[in-house]
Amino acid sequence: MSTVEKPAYKVIGTRPIRHDGEDKVTGAAKYGGDVQLEGMLYAAILRSPHAHAKITRIDTTQAEALPGVRAVMTSANMPDPGDRMVDLGEGTINLRHLSERVLARAKVLFKGHPVAAVAADSIHIAEEALELINVQYEALPAVLDVREAMRQDALILNDDVRTEEVGTQDGVADKPTNVAKRFLFEKGDPKKGFAEAELVVEREFETATVHQGYIEPHNATAQWHENGQLTVWTSTQGAFTVRQQIGELLGIPLDKIKVIPMEIGGGFGGKIAVYLQPLATELSRMSGRPVQLVMDRAAIFEATGPTPGSYMRVKLGATRDGRLLAGDAYVAFEAGAYPGSPVGAGCMCVFACYDIPHARIEGFDVCVNKPRTSAYRAPGSTQVAFAVETIVDEIARQLEMDPADFRLQNAAREGTRRVDGPVFDRIGMIETVEAIKASDHYQSPLDGPNQGRGIATGFWFNAGLRSAVTATVNPDGTVSLVEGSTDIGGTRTSLAMQLAEALNITAEQVAPSVADTDGVGLTDVTGGSRVTFATGIAVVDAAAKIRQQMVDRAAKIWECDADSVSYEDGQLVGPDQQRLSFKEMAQRMAEMGGPIIANGICTEAKQAGAYATHCVDVEVDPETGKVQILRYTAAQDVGTAIHPSYVEGQMQGGVVQGIGWALNEEYYYDDQGQMRNPTFLDYRMPTSYDVPMIDTIIVEVPDPNHPYGVRGVGEVPICPPPAAVANAIHDAIGVRMHRLPMSPPRLMAEILRCRGNKD
Amino acid sequence: MPLVFIPPSLSQLTDGQREIEVEGGNVAELVQNLEEQFPGIQRALCDDGRLKPGLVVSIGNATSHRGLLQPVSVDDEVHFLPAIGGG
Repeated sequence: MSTVEKPAYKVIGTRPIRHDGEDKVTGAAKYGGDVQLEGMLYAAILRSPHAHAKITRIDTTQAEALPGVRAVMTSANMPDPGDRMVDLGEGTINLRHLSERVLARAKVLFKGHPVAAVAADSIHIAEEALELINVQYEALPAVLDVREAMRQDALILNDDVRTEEVGTQDGVADKPTNVAKRFLFEKGDPKKGFAEAELVVEREFETATVHQGYIEPHNATAQWHENGQLTVWTSTQGAFTVRQQIGELLGIPLDKIKVIPMEIGGGFGGKIAVYLQPLATELSRMSGRPVQLVMDRAAIFEATGPTPGSYMRVKLGATRDGRLLAGDAYVAFEAGAYPGSPVGAGCMCVFACYDIPHARIEGFDVCVNKPRTSAYRAPGSTQVAFAVETIVDEIARQLEMDPADFRLQNAAREGTRRVDGPVFDRIGMIETVEAIKASDHYQSPLDGPNQGRGIATGFWFNAGLRSAVTATVNPDGTVSLVEGSTDIGGTRTSLAMQLAEALNITAEQVAPSVADTDGVGLTDVTGGSRVTFATGIAVVDAAAKIRQQMVDRAAKIWECDADSVSYEDGQLVGPDQQRLSFKEMAQRMAEMGGPIIANGICTEAKQAGAYATHCVDVEVDPETGKVQILRYTAAQDVGTAIHPSYVEGQMQGGVVQGIGWALNEEYYYDDQGQMRNPTFLDYRMPTSYDVPMIDTIIVEVPDPNHPYGVRGVGEVPICPPPAAVANAIHDAIGVRMHRLPMSPPRLMAEILRCRGNKD
Repeated sequence: MPLVFIPPSLSQLTDGQREIEVEGGNVAELVQNLEEQFPGIQRALCDDGRLKPGLVVSIGNATSHRGLLQPVSVDDEVHFLPAIGGG
């Protein structure tokens, strides 16, 4: 459904076959693990068996003596980058922490923390050599719980961490702590708001550590050339940020590094930070041979960045007629071993769906002995949506209001001031709720015992950042489009379609490709749901330049002013209705001044933000606690759907991941900090057997910040599912769940507790 | 004049004021002029001539990566917010 009359697009809104489809389905597409170079070595990493320990000694002598071993490295081979903060395009990071995460120095801070690496003639020799490395540890107790880590007497993980606040007077408190950051946002007078409220509900929530679960493992192949140049082939969401991280960590000038982004088998935020690339680089430098590193699944779970577990306490106050007056949120996220959880974003999202006059939000970024967390689809927003949307449902039911009507009555809209300060631009929160309310799903009855229906809403900012593209017109009338955004979700095609729309040619006439860091201008990561939006703006910019070049050349052909030539329907139209088609112009490039090439950039774009409202029907087995998803409908404001199939795919994918958060996925740690389920057999992600077809409702409220009204679509669909499922469970059996995942044993325990209370 | 929204944790420096009109053509000038009225606020927001790491300035609801060099207009709202990243 579109909220405005859309322009008569010819390409946008159609569903052409994706340009990379044939390569993907035939296996021709090349991933990082496919890279094979002459003389290539295979590397393996020695990882810490402890979640928390001091390293007292490392002896690599025996490993180095093993035949077939070509290089052995420890942190002694990594330069000390110093205590510097660097901007990686999508956030800043402390370089020393990044370096120590890649390879531990004095301490290991999580099970699986890399300690040493070996490159050898075969992976078997490399793994055998790992067993010959003698590391002596002084084991320390593991700090695993966010509230435990925040205690005054908690064991400190990082001696250099102080509590920073956003703009505190003194910047930092001079005392080591696990609480790396404190955030505070206020709007209005929360005390007054709660005093005036007639109904106040406050609840505590916990969410588990959850992994993105991308299928393709992390990989990196590095070749250090004799002339000091470095080439890295890798799976990444951002070739330029990999280049920068390698350069900063190893002290290599950026012009010496070429990063080639291979096809990517999923990222969801987890393939932005470097893990293997600096190690492969250094091993290649040491050995003089190309070196390849590929992670196994256990290492991916134990030693890459999942999303943080959390503890939250949220309170809402409302009037009897259903008007939200006040909100208060305490949000503590596990950063993992080093600071940097998305708790700031979580704080900024927690009340973003509603127009609440008085609110206070306090957030904490807390180090624990788990892998340092990374972004995961709308980082921080899914956790807080679970909390606030559960309470919203509870208030609506206590007031005997339809939960959709309650949301509509309190919805954020254009002009609503966020708790963190800025005022919303044109947003589609209301439209997504209305779409669900009007849906066949919401209007149809449930038809069985222990069945229930829940709805929930979610918000994500979406990012702008920087993108660059180069479009080259070919003599046959096709256009080569070179871009720097890793294609995770079909963006080659969504970008090609925007170029085609702007030039009034077909999507098939555009040949999109993703370039390495030497082949295109600086482009930030594929993340923040930004590529179709921001790189799309760069594409439209390039298209405008191509059109202008063609107009200028047509004017020369017709010996007239450029002002009297127009570009209409893919044709150059001159005086006396003379016409040249795009293809004819392309064919005459050589005689009319040579190649037609245009660069397009996007530097300062902002997005208006995305909303999604979901509806789910569940059936709960009251004897086992198992929850079956019966029906699921997702409505989302996508701005303008460039390729509706890809939009629907993002919505469905986000929902399935969110259902995983809701019902099954979690890291199981023992009290020693050992993850007990680091395999896909035991880390239970949803499969096609667990979910029905996800119905989608595309809501189009064009974003005024994009020439075609695009909004990012990739992240917000993961936000509502946990709360929607929790609300459906309550509707089914009257049990409120405040902890994720709502797995059978956990739900069964709550069912029994409620039965006991009734008895 | 541009309207600067003071982060709650800094309102102790501004006598409890959370919204302050300040003259200036860019963020650096705003911060400098704020500093003259409320000593200490520059040190809280800036480090080594730049906004502190992890902090971004938002003009209205548009986050800027220009930091202190971001131009501001007389009717702009100016916010100092945490930098966030997506997945």
